[in-house]
Amino acid sequence: MTTTMPGPEIHGLGHSMKRKEDDRFVRGRGTYIEDVVLPRMLHMALLRSPLAHARIASIDPSAAAELPGVVAVVTGADLAAHNLAWMPTLSGDTQAVLATDKVRFQGQEVAAVVAEDPYVARDALELIEVDYEELPAVVDPHAALRPAAPVIRDDKEGQDTNLAYTWEAGDKAAADAAFAQADVVVSLDTHYPRCHPSPMETCGCVADVNAATGKATIYMTSQAPHAHRTLFAMVAGLPEQNIQIKTVDIGGGFGNKVPIYPGYVVATAASLLLDRPVKWIEDRTENLISTGFARDYHMHGELALNRDGRMLGLRVSMVSDQGAFFADAQPSKCRAGLFHIVTGSYDLTAAHVTGRGAYTNKAPGGVAYRCSFRVTEASFLIERLVQNAAYELGIDPAELRRLNFIRPEQFPYQSATGFLYDSGNYPAALQKALDAVGYDELRREQAEGRAQGKLMGIGIASFTEVVGAGPHKDYDIAGIKMFDSAELRVHPTGKAILKIGVQTQGQGHETTFAQIVANELRIPAEDVLVQYGDTDNTPYGLGTYASRSTPTAGAATAVVSRKLLDKGRKIAAHVLECSPDDLEWQSGRFVVKGTPEQAVTIQDVAFAAYTNHPDDLEAGLEGVTYYDPPNMTYPFGTYVVVVDVDPETGVWTVRRAVAVDDCGVRINPMIVEGQLHGGLAEGYGIAAMQLITFDEQGNCIGSNFMDYLLPTSWETPRFETYAMETPSPHHPLGAKGVGESATVGSPAAYVNAVIDALTHLGVRNIDMPVTSAKVWQAIQQASP
Amino acid sequence: MFPAAFDYRSPAALEDVLDSLAAYGDEAKVLAGGMSLIPMMKLRFASPEVLVDLGRVPGLDAVQETPDGLRIGALVRHAELEASELLRQRYPVMAAAAPLIADPLVRNRGTLVGSLAHADPAGDWGSVMLALNAEVVARSTAGQRVIPVREFFTGPFSTVLQPTEVAVEVRVPRPSSRSGGTYLKLERKVGDFATVGVAAHLELDNERIGRAGLALTAVGGHNVVAAEAEEVLAGAEPGPEVFAEAAEAAARAADPPSDVRGSADYKRQVVRTYVRRGLARSLELAQAA
Ligand SMILES: Cc1cc2nc3c(=O)[nH]c(=O)nc-3n(C[C@H](O)[C@H](O)[C@H](O)COP(=O)(O)OP(=O)(O)OC[C@H]3O[C@@H](n4cnc5c(N)ncnc54)[C@H](O)[C@@H]3O)c2cc1C
Repeated sequence: MTTTMPGPEIHGLGHSMKRKEDDRFVRGRGTYIEDVVLPRMLHMALLRSPLAHARIASIDPSAAAELPGVVAVVTGADLAAHNLAWMPTLSGDTQAVLATDKVRFQGQEVAAVVAEDPYVARDALELIEVDYEELPAVVDPHAALRPAAPVIRDDKEGQDTNLAYTWEAGDKAAADAAFAQADVVVSLDTHYPRCHPSPMETCGCVADVNAATGKATIYMTSQAPHAHRTLFAMVAGLPEQNIQIKTVDIGGGFGNKVPIYPGYVVATAASLLLDRPVKWIEDRTENLISTGFARDYHMHGELALNRDGRMLGLRVSMVSDQGAFFADAQPSKCRAGLFHIVTGSYDLTAAHVTGRGAYTNKAPGGVAYRCSFRVTEASFLIERLVQNAAYELGIDPAELRRLNFIRPEQFPYQSATGFLYDSGNYPAALQKALDAVGYDELRREQAEGRAQGKLMGIGIASFTEVVGAGPHKDYDIAGIKMFDSAELRVHPTGKAILKIGVQTQGQGHETTFAQIVANELRIPAEDVLVQYGDTDNTPYGLGTYASRSTPTAGAATAVVSRKLLDKGRKIAAHVLECSPDDLEWQSGRFVVKGTPEQAVTIQDVAFAAYTNHPDDLEAGLEGVTYYDPPNMTYPFGTYVVVVDVDPETGVWTVRRAVAVDDCGVRINPMIVEGQLHGGLAEGYGIAAMQLITFDEQGNCIGSNFMDYLLPTSWETPRFETYAMETPSPHHPLGAKGVGESATVGSPAAYVNAVIDALTHLGVRNIDMPVTSAKVWQAIQQASP
Repeated sequence: MFPAAFDYRSPAALEDVLDSLAAYGDEAKVLAGGMSLIPMMKLRFASPEVLVDLGRVPGLDAVQETPDGLRIGALVRHAELEASELLRQRYPVMAAAAPLIADPLVRNRGTLVGSLAHADPAGDWGSVMLALNAEVVARSTAGQRVIPVREFFTGPFSTVLQPTEVAVEVRVPRPSSRSGGTYLKLERKVGDFATVGVAAHLELDNERIGRAGLALTAVGGHNVVAAEAEEVLAGAEPGPEVFAEAAEAAARAADPPSDVRGSADYKRQVVRTYVRRGLARSLELAQAA
C-alpha cells in the first residue's frame, strides 16, 4: 500500500493547463466530416432556388438522371411519398426539406443529386430543369406584416398573414405607470442586423443506413447529437436504438450546428433508399445563404427616467425577421428566446416587452450565434439606450450605470421580466474596467481634442448574461428537458473515462471536464479521458450551445465525481480497516484521522474497487448523473472600448479594448480567456463589418467571405482582459457559463464608442455594421 | 466548390503557350497565379475548356531594372514585389501598394501582370501602373506589341488583349530622381478589395511639379486616370492649395457605384481626401529624395 502523494500535477480548478485536444488539431490530425470516407460511399449535392419566392410549376430531372455517374435524383415529390417533404423546426413550425409547392427563399433546397463523385453531382445539378413562376418577394419584415402583403406560408392551414408568432413579457400596466411619472423618456430604434455564425467547417454529414444490419450511422456536424437522434427517430420513423449519431471533430459551431438541416434529412433518406453511404457537405456559399442565420431583430426601446438619472421603467417592442420558416433554435416555451433579459444589469422594477415575428422570403434560422437565445440583442439594446439616456440627461455614462445597477446586496435578484439573477457585483466590474482604461484621463483628453476637431470616443457596456438552460420546469427543446449528464468510470489503475452529454466544437471540453474530475477526485487531469458525441456510447444530453456545458454537464461531472468519492471512502475504510467516519479526505488521499501514516490514495482506492471491495458494496468505481440546474447562471462584466474616428472619411479604429469578465469560478483560466478573445473579436466583426443583406428581389448579398466579412488577426483589436470571480451560489463549483459573454456584451461597447465620439455633433445612433460610410454620413447630417 | 471539367496544359516554352492559345482561341484561358481565375471556375462563373498554365515557362519570373526602368515578368508574384528593396527606394507607389493587395496567402501566388490582365475595376495594380505610365508587352504567334497601360483597360474585366495573346511583361518607366509617390486604399478589412484606392506619383522639376500621375481604383468601370487633376498639377507650385484643387478634379473623375460599402458621394469624398493626403505624402518623399 503506497502512501506517497500522487506525483504529477493534478490540474484542478484554476489551472491553465494546455488543451488536450490541441495536439491533434495543430498537427492537422483532427477528423472532420470530410475526412469520413466509407466503402461504397456516394456524394450528394443540392439544387437550390435562384429565386426568393416562386411557385414550382414543374421539375424535370430526367437529363440529370441520365448523366453517367449519377445514381439518383431526389425531388420533393419523392420525399413526399415517404412523408418526408416537410420536417418540424425547433420552434414548432414546419420547414420544407425539398420544396414541393413553392420556393420561399433564395438558396432553398429544391432537389438533390446523388452521384459517384462530387464533381458529377454538381454537373448534374445544371441539368435539372425547374419551371418557376415568380411571385413577389417579401423582404422587409414590417412590410411583411402589413395586411396586403403576399402570404408566404400558404402551405399552413389558417395562416393568412405573415405573422410567425407574438410574444410578451413583463407587466404593461406597471411599465405604463412608470412612464407616466417620468421626467425624461429616451427612445431608440435600431436593427440588429442579420449575421451568420460562419464556423470554419461548414455543415455536412455522411449517412450510412445499412439494410443488412438495420443500423443508421450518421456522421454529422451536430452540436446536439442526442437530441438529433431523437428527432431523427420521430421524423424519419427509424427505431431510435438503430440510429447512431457520431460527431467526430467539429470545426466550430457557434449555434450553426444546432438545427437539423434539409441536407442531413435528404442524405439519410437517399442512403436508406439506395442502401449505400451518402456524403453531403455544403460549400461556403450554401452555408452562408441557407443555414441558420442569427439576430435580425428590429427593436424599439424606451427608457423612462427621472431628472436625476434614476431609471423607472422600460418598454420594448420588437419585430423579428424570421425568414421563410420559424426555425429559431430555442427552448420551446420561448418565442423570442430570453430576449426579456433586456432589463440588463439595472434595477428596473417596471418593464414590458413585446415581440412579433414576421415571415419573409429569406433563409430561416434565428440560431443563437454565440448568444444564449437572443440575449445578445437584448444586451445590445439596453446598453445603447442607457448610453443615449446619459447624453440626454447630461450625466456621465459610467455614472448613470452606477446609479442604476442592481446592487451586490440585492442578489438573488428578481427581475421585472421574470428572471432570478443568481449573483453579481456590477459596480466592481465597472470600476475595474474604468480604472484599467484610465477613464477620467480619457474624458479630459476627449474634451480637449474636441476643441481641435478630433473625434475620440469611449464606449461602455455593462452586460448581464443568462446562461445554462436550464431548470427543467422552464426549458425544453422539442419537449426534451434541458438537463445534462455525466458518466464517470475510474479504472483499476486509477485512470478515468468521463462521458458527457454535451458536445465540444472547439470549446475545450476534453480539458475543462477532465479538470473538474481532477479537482474532485485528485486524479491528474491527464489521466481523465473525456468522451462525447457518439450517441451509442455517451449518456443522453442536450448538447453544447447557449453557454450551457459548464453550468449543466460541468455540474453533473462534479456531482458524479462526488458520488464516486463517497463510495471511495467506504472502499478506503475497508482497505484501512476502519470506519468511513474515521477517514479524512486530504487532497487525493483518505487518511485515518490522527494517524497520518495510515492512508490510501485515490489510485489505491480505484484498484481496490476491482480487487478488494467490501462484501456489502458492488464492485467498480463508476456512476452517472443527470443534473437539472436549479436556476440559470448570470455571468456579467464591463467592456470599455476607445476609438479614434477620422472626421474626413469616417474610418474608426479601436485604440483600446478593455474587458472585465466575471463568470464565477474559472476552471481553466486560459480557456476562459480564449473564449473571451474569440467573442470580443466576433463582437467587433458584428459591430464593424458584418451584414447579410438582400436586394428588393430577395437576392442574398453576402454569400461569400469577400462580401460577408470575418475579422482576421490583422484588424482585430488588441484586448486587455481582466477577471473577477463572484461564484454562482447554486452551481456545485460556483462556475457560470462564459462561451458567449463577449459576443453578447461587446457589440454595444464598440458602437457606443463610435457614438460617443460623435455625440457632441448630435449623433445618437448608427445601426450596425458601423461602416466608415455610415459614420461619415452621420457626421455630414449632424454638422451640415 | 467544384469547377466544371477542363483540360490542363502546362508547356515548358512560351512558343507552345502561344500555339495552344492560337489553336483554342476563346475556349482557352491563360493561368498565372490562379488567384482570380480559379475562384471564378470554382463558382462556375468561368468554365474554360482549356487552361494553359504559364508556370513552367522560363524567364517570366524576373524583376529587372534597366536604365529605362523596371521590367516585371508575368510570373512575378505580389509577395516578391512587397519584399523588394528596389521598389522601396525608387518606386514608392509600388512599394506602398504591394502590401495592401489581398492577404499574404493570395500575395504568395497572385501576379501583377495577371492582375492587369484580369482588369478588375477594384484591382490595385491597375491604378499604380496608370499613375506610373507603364506599358504591357503582349506576345502571340503573330508577334509582339507594346501597349501603354493608359490604352489597356476597356471596361470591367476587359482589356485590349486578344484571347490569343499573353502579356509577358510590364515595363515601368524610371521616375526622375526627385520623385515620390504612394498608394492609399480604403478597405473594410485585410484581404478586402478597395472601396476606394488612390495612386499618386509626383515628379519635381526645380521647385515646381513636373509630371504628376494620379489614378483611381474602384470608382468606375476600370481603373481610371484622374486626367484633369494631373493637368491641374503639372507645372504648378506644389502645396495644399493645388492639392485641394486636384482633389476636387479627381473627385469629378470618379464615377463610383453606391453599394454596401457606401454611397457614391461617400466614395468621392474618400477620393478627395486620399488624393490630398497622397499628394502631400508624395511631395514629402520627392523633397526628401
Ligand atoms: C481573397 C482575394 C483577395 C484579393 N484581394 C485583392 C486586392 O485587394 N487587390 C487586388 O488588386 N487584387 C486582389 N485579389 C486578386 C489578386 O491580386 C490576383 O492575384 C490577381 O487579380 C490576378 O492575378 P493572378 O496571377 O492570380 O491571375 P489568374 O487568376 O491566373 O488570372 C486572372 C485572369 O487574367 C488572365 N491572365 C493572367 N495572366 C495573364 C497573362 N500573363 N497574359 C494574359 N492573360 C493573363 C487569366 O487568363 C485570367 O483571365 C484578390 C484575390 C483573392 C482571391
